[in-house]
Order: sequence, then structure tokens, then C-alpha cells
Amino acid sequence: MNPRTLAIVFRKEVLDNFRDRRTLFSALLLGPLFGPMIFALAINLSLKQTLGDATEPLDLAVLGAENAPNLARYLRSHNINIMRAPPSREGAQEAVQTGEHDVVVVIPDTFAASFAEGRPATVEVITDQANRQAERQARRALNALGSYGQELAALRLSARGVSPLVMRPLNVDLVDVSTPSGRSAMLLGMLSYFFIFALLTGGMNLAIDSTAGERERGSLEPLLCLPVRRDQLIFGKILAACLFMAASLAISLVSFYVTLKFLPLEKLGMTPNFGPPVVLVAFLLLVPFTLLGASLMTLVASFTKSYKEAQTWVSVVLIAPTLPILIVSLLMVRPSTELMLIPSLSQHLLLVGLIRNEPLNGLHVAVSIIGTVVLGALLAWMCARLYRREGLLG
Amino acid sequence: MIRVSDLHKAFREVKAVRGVTFAAPDGRITGLLGPNGAGKSTTLRILYTVMRPDAGRAEIDGADVVTQSLEARRRIGTLPHGSGLYPHLTARENIAYYGRLYGISGSELDDKVQRVIQQLEMGAFADRRSKGFSQGQRTKVALARALVNEPKNVILDEPSNGLDVMATRSLRELIRQLKAAGKCVLFSSHVMQEVAALCDEIVIVAQGQVAMHDSPDGIREQTGCDDLEDAFVAAIGRVKPE
Repeated sequence: MNPRTLAIVFRKEVLDNFRDRRTLFSALLLGPLFGPMIFALAINLSLKQTLGDATEPLDLAVLGAENAPNLARYLRSHNINIMRAPPSREGAQEAVQTGEHDVVVVIPDTFAASFAEGRPATVEVITDQANRQAERQARRALNALGSYGQELAALRLSARGVSPLVMRPLNVDLVDVSTPSGRSAMLLGMLSYFFIFALLTGGMNLAIDSTAGERERGSLEPLLCLPVRRDQLIFGKILAACLFMAASLAISLVSFYVTLKFLPLEKLGMTPNFGPPVVLVAFLLLVPFTLLGASLMTLVASFTKSYKEAQTWVSVVLIAPTLPILIVSLLMVRPSTELMLIPSLSQHLLLVGLIRNEPLNGLHVAVSIIGTVVLGALLAWMCARLYRREGLLG
Repeated sequence: MIRVSDLHKAFREVKAVRGVTFAAPDGRITGLLGPNGAGKSTTLRILYTVMRPDAGRAEIDGADVVTQSLEARRRIGTLPHGSGLYPHLTARENIAYYGRLYGISGSELDDKVQRVIQQLEMGAFADRRSKGFSQGQRTKVALARALVNEPKNVILDEPSNGLDVMATRSLRELIRQLKAAGKCVLFSSHVMQEVAALCDEIVIVAQGQVAMHDSPDGIREQTGCDDLEDAFVAAIGRVKPE
């Protein structure tokens, strides 16, 4: 090892790439901000969906409301505005099909007669179940109608001297033990991928440049004529890519921290544990991944013939870290020491634990860091081997 | 001093170099002349150590290019074919980067960089980023970084490619200066006139073999042609195909 050569290459690569607007833009702006933006968007959408229906009055078209004035009064008292519906049942069906109304409730003329005789009185809820927006409205209408029915049933039983409790042989209670931090973890679980994505984009251009870029520009061959060992050149370049990746990761973490401050997550019952200390620990947990990412991208790029081709293949590397995360979230596995050997997955599991406010397992942290660094070093060594080949010149 | 003896190199079935032998002495300009695909670039690439020969030896000032490749590289300045620069660095930074990798530092580095900038008359664009440079300016920077370490041996692969008349003239002038400074200059070309105008010795290469090695006059004499171009055609005609 000659630290001097390595430092010369490292400094030149950092300077060179700092002056390249395209690299700066994608590495330090686009990558780190992409995650928070998508995340904020997703949270806002889900806020609208889950909070909207409970608090906002529902506009419900009802045909034949005059046939059941008590029912209409009940609906109004449950935050449902009764709107004018198309004049006939056929017209109502058509209106739902064309999307003019999401839901139409039809109370037929026979309602009052059936009701008076104590027979089940028919009420129709017309909706399009393929329409997700309509589905929520329909559910609210059905719930309101159902609870009205239950109330009536209880009244009728009481009038005949029977306890309404007869109707409830079971009392089912759902006990949710998730903590507010735990609920956040579900949604914030995808955060770890955003961070790894930002980290990888940060060093992408540098990794491509060290082989495919230099070769295409014609600067590789004169560089290899210099009296320095080739592994020093490639290690200097990989380290420079690591620095850009770490910077990108840091920016991404901070921008998430800021984004979360502006999102009304408590309304979703979430209090994410994402203060400055967590940001710092998350950075330390993720930063070993830079060596692995930089080496892997350099390795992939060195097999390609041109910058364009390298970009294509290296983009595949951007997706690769999602695979373990995806598989594990489908299987719902718990963190274990063996799983900590898998890079990207180990960082994901540790980060989720961190956000859930669970204590960090020292052994898991050590295995994750060592496993990731060892694999990264191995890939860097393979890059150095490839850099020694004649075929490198293309 | 550059010595090549019985060099062989094949790329799969294609035998690019088949037994090339020659020596390029100090204080002289040696031209490697040959048609495209004759094996000139491959020979030079072996000399500046980015390729390994299948058989044979090559040495720079006695340093073997395979077993003592770092030592050999320390003794040469190289301008490979189509050399590129770092577009976001200035001409001066491009040269200084190579200077540092040659092991020069501090004020010595500044002095040496400034010296090649003056020697190659690059003052006007030395501190501009090399992104928009003309081919002539690019070649000058590439040459300057090869010369920053004041090598005893200089290897240039088709240096005049893409240069206009003025740039070619100043390149020739520079090559003569290097000769006057006692350096061993080895360059390749497929342009007869260029070689004739500059070289003390011409090595004509065809189909991976040395067809003839002599002074320009000697070559005229051996082939019986007054015109060097005719002599060149006559010389490569003597090589037996495989």
C-alpha cells in the first residue's frame, strides 16, 4: 500500500467530480431528495384517505328518502348529507356506472309497509366495487345503515321484554399492542431503501468513470503508463466514490429529518423516533455500505464497453438492494444474527428497530458492519484484479 | 535507450506482432513506420507496459518491461494513441496530476509544470479547463504531462493524428528539441513524409515483422527507389505473409 498515490488519486477524483455539474446534481441533490419527496407524497395521500372519511361529512345521494324520514334523520345525525339522487332506480344505476355518483342509496316505496309489518325492509346500496374511492363511501353508508338496523332491532326486542344482549352472544374486542413508534415503523420501513438508494446514486458516476468513463475519454491508457501500481489507482477511485456516497447519505438523512417535522404523522397514530441522535446512529449503521456499493458498481462498470452501457448495468445495481428487503418484508421475519450477514437487509432491519425505538443489539450491529465491510473489501480486491487485466483497455 | 528483441503478441487467432527486433538509441529519433494494422501500436503498448508480450523481451534503459515494469515506466514519457484529458481540470491541473503520480511534489512540482508549459508554449490556455480544447491544445497537454518528469525516453503513438499544419510543425520542433537534449525518441506513424522529415532511423513494420531498419538514405539505397514512398511500398512488399 502506498498511501501517497492513493491520496493523490482520491483528491483528484473528488475535485474533478465536484466540478462536474451533472454528477453534483444527481449525487447530492436528486438522489437524496427523491426519497423524502416520494415519502411526503405517499403520507399525504394516505392521510387524506384514512382521515378524510371519519371527520368530513359524506355527501350521499338517496333516492326515496321521503319513504323513511326516520332513517334519513338518523343518517343526517351521523355526519351524512343527503343529496338529491336521480329520479329512478335505473337512472341511479346509470349514474353510478358513469361515475356521476359514487354511491346511491335507494329506499323503495314498499319500505314503509314492510317496516310497519315487521318484515325486513329492503334498502339498496348501488355502487361500483371496482372503484376504490366509491368503496370507502359505500362502506360508510353500509355501516350507517347497519347500525341503524341494530338500533331498531334492540328497540323491538326491548318492546317485547327481551334483553337486547341476546343479540350479542360474543363480544369481540380487537386489542392493538402496536406502539405509536411501532406503527410508524411499518411505513418508515421503506425509508431504509430510500437511504440506500440515495447512497448508491451518490457514487454512481464516479464508479462508472473509473473504468468505462476513463476508457471512453482515452485517459485510461496514459494513466496506466505512469509508474504507480494499478490497485492504488482503483482504490483511490473507490474511496472517492465512497466519500460522495457518504455525503449523499448524510444529505438524505437530514432532508428526511426535516420532511418528517412537517408531516402530521401523529394524526396517523405515529410518532417516529427520528431525532438528531437517531439520524446520527442511522448514518453510522449505513455508512459501511458505501464500500460495498462503490466496489460493486465499479466492478459492474468495468465489464462494460461504454459509458452508456455502464449506466444501464449500474442502474440494475440500484435495484439489487431492494430484493432482500422485499423478500423479508413479505415473509415477516424477525431480525436474527444470521440475517445480519446479508448487506442491505441487515441495515434495513437495524434501521427499522431504531425507528421503533427498540434497543440496538450490539452483536447484530457488529455482525452487520463487519459482514458488509468484508464483502465490500472483497469486491474492491476483485476490482483491483480486473484493473490489472489487459482487456481493460477494450 | 529502448531495446526490443524477438517480440511476439497474439490476440486470439490474430498474430499482431511476430518477432519484432530493433533498438532505439539515445539522442536519436526513431520512427516506427507501417500501414494500419502492422503491429506498431501493439509494439509500443508492450513497451509502455500496458500489454505483456507472449514471447521475447523489451527493455527501457535496461529495465525489463515485464519483470521491472514500474522501473521501466519511471523511465518513459508516453503519449498513447488518442490520449484524453480530464475535462473538468485545467491544463495545469492535468499536468500536475501526472507530476504527482510520478512522485514529484511541492515547489519542485510547480517549477516542473511551469517549465513544460513554457516549453510547449501553452501559457495562453494553461489555466483554462480542458473541456473545450482544440485537438492541438489537447495533444500539447497530453505531451506536457508525459514530459513533466523529464523522462530519458519518449514514446509517441501517432502523435500528429488530427493536428493541423501549425500544430504539426510545432510538434516536429518539439521532437527535435527532445533529440537535442539527448533523449531517446520513438514514435509511430503511417505518414511517410512525416517520418522522412524527422527521423534518423526508420523501422518499417509490416504484418507484425520488421521489413527494414535503416536511415532514410540507407532505405533508399537498399530498395533502389529515390522516392521514400516507393521505397516504403517496396519494403513492405518483401515481408512474407504467414
